[in-house]
Amino acid sequence: MPVQVLRDRNSGKVAVVTLGATKEEGGTRSHTIKVGGEASLPFLHFEGENPYRPVIAMEVVDRVPEEWNSELKKVFADVYADPAAWAKKCVEEWGADMIFLRLQSADPELGNSSAEKCVQTVKSVLSAVGVPLAVVGCGIDEIDNTVIAAVAEACAGENLLLGFARQENYNTIVAACMVHKHTVIAQSPLDINMCKQLNILITEMGLPLDRIIIDPSIGGLGYGIEYSYSIQERGRLGALQGDKMLAMPVLGTIGFEAWKAKEANVSAEEFPGWGEQAERGILWEAVTATALLQAGMDILVMRHPEAVKLVKKNIDELMVPSAL
Amino acid sequence: MEIIGERINGMFKDIREAIKNKDKKPVQEWAVKQTENGATWLDVNTGASAEDQVEAMKWLVTTIQEVVDTPLSLDSTNYDVIEEGLKLCKRPALINSCHADRYKIERVFPMAVKYNAKVIGLAMSEESGIPKNAENRVALAAELVAAADEFGLPLEDLYIDPLILPVNVAQDHMVEAMETLRQAKLLSDPAPKTVVGLSNVSQRCANRKLINRTALVMLMACGLDAAIADACDDDLMEAAATARVLLNKEIYCDSYVDLFKARKY
Repeated sequence: MPVQVLRDRNSGKVAVVTLGATKEEGGTRSHTIKVGGEASLPFLHFEGENPYRPVIAMEVVDRVPEEWNSELKKVFADVYADPAAWAKKCVEEWGADMIFLRLQSADPELGNSSAEKCVQTVKSVLSAVGVPLAVVGCGIDEIDNTVIAAVAEACAGENLLLGFARQENYNTIVAACMVHKHTVIAQSPLDINMCKQLNILITEMGLPLDRIIIDPSIGGLGYGIEYSYSIQERGRLGALQGDKMLAMPVLGTIGFEAWKAKEANVSAEEFPGWGEQAERGILWEAVTATALLQAGMDILVMRHPEAVKLVKKNIDELMVPSAL
Repeated sequence: MEIIGERINGMFKDIREAIKNKDKKPVQEWAVKQTENGATWLDVNTGASAEDQVEAMKWLVTTIQEVVDTPLSLDSTNYDVIEEGLKLCKRPALINSCHADRYKIERVFPMAVKYNAKVIGLAMSEESGIPKNAENRVALAAELVAAADEFGLPLEDLYIDPLILPVNVAQDHMVEAMETLRQAKLLSDPAPKTVVGLSNVSQRCANRKLINRTALVMLMACGLDAAIADACDDDLMEAAATARVLLNKEIYCDSYVDLFKARKY
């Protein structure tokens, strides 16, 4: 008996956002990356186009990450004193699609780097790799407004992905993106209404709809992941129903959240039933990532290369068109 | 919620004069004003007194399209007039309207398919006039739905109008119209869309704007997709925006009213 496949008809789709800029476009990237464009719920290829595969941005920090656990630090020990070398290794050895550079050292407690120094760091990473680059600040508004603005100006034309714009502090970074032609990460605190409102505020300043990436905030596995899943799901459904203010590709700081978890950090001696810490941490990050892939995440910011490998395999399989 | 701006109608003195004197200004000003306030469509009606209806329709369509991209709803009882207008429309238009009479369906539906236009189908006929109750309206709506299927008009391009009447003289009709909307949505899958001529409900009543916006919200709760209405009535537009959020059709955000009106998103 033939089965009639019920397909949803969607009136909208997610916008396509281009990251990076080649020489012809005013930048120095060897290639650009496109994300978004989905016309169905995640990976339902039979129902609508899912034209661009989700990408993995590996996280590079501009200071030695003392607070990371020893297993994680071990992987980067030969490069983590030099962001450019770290970025190069991420791309060449571990296949990162993008680099996500966190200028943590601008924080007065963590290095107090000047804006000029941060600009130099960004430039050195740009020289080391050909993939598109995301750059975020240290998390302190007054400092980030100066630092990110300086980075935006010095790297005009590169179409960096700059973060984070939040409802409390978005003017400076959005203006910098507009003037120097970059793309912005709009971050909201696990609140779909604020997510939508922030996108409206940003577009009212004049930034086009296809130069915004949404960071809805995520909780790691076991620490609120289902809440972020359901928010992403609502956002995607809204986009498919024609809500242009929610129709942006989504980014998640997977590594940042997953490696906070106790489960990713404690040793096997402390919790014998939990198995070896290295493998456990890798899986904690990989499962956080793959769960949120199902919610439609487009840019996954990750740390451990083994987790990256697992997630890439998952993406390969999910991007095979369904035979319906 | 689709708002079909009703202002460019020859029954209004300024439009009537503009058509007579070929004065573009009032027409273009109303086209822009309604669009800026959130109109999804602009209704275009030459009015009964225009001497040459075809020329008037053509002139109105051309004049409006000079200043806005908003799609047009061509409003006439003369289908030849509508056809001449359809030929000039840059974007798929809305045919306002077709009664549930076979000979009218045969004239209008193929024309709609030919010009990739949508159709407002009235749940009334020459024979029965405006039906007394929901049941009879739904029966006529069902005929229109069947006709859409027959002539190849996509069901989402058919807007069923359950017909509302002034509340001061026909107070029992609003409730019937509401029930008709609910049932119209069950007639097919995908369901047809629905529309009303909103201002009819408050003709010659006191508190016209209050009646209009209250009726709009009540009808939206029963499945109304579109309304021919005063797009420049801010209170009406705000009520529509709010009803959409309350009906969970639009994710809430603090600027939800501005967003509804902006429409460019």
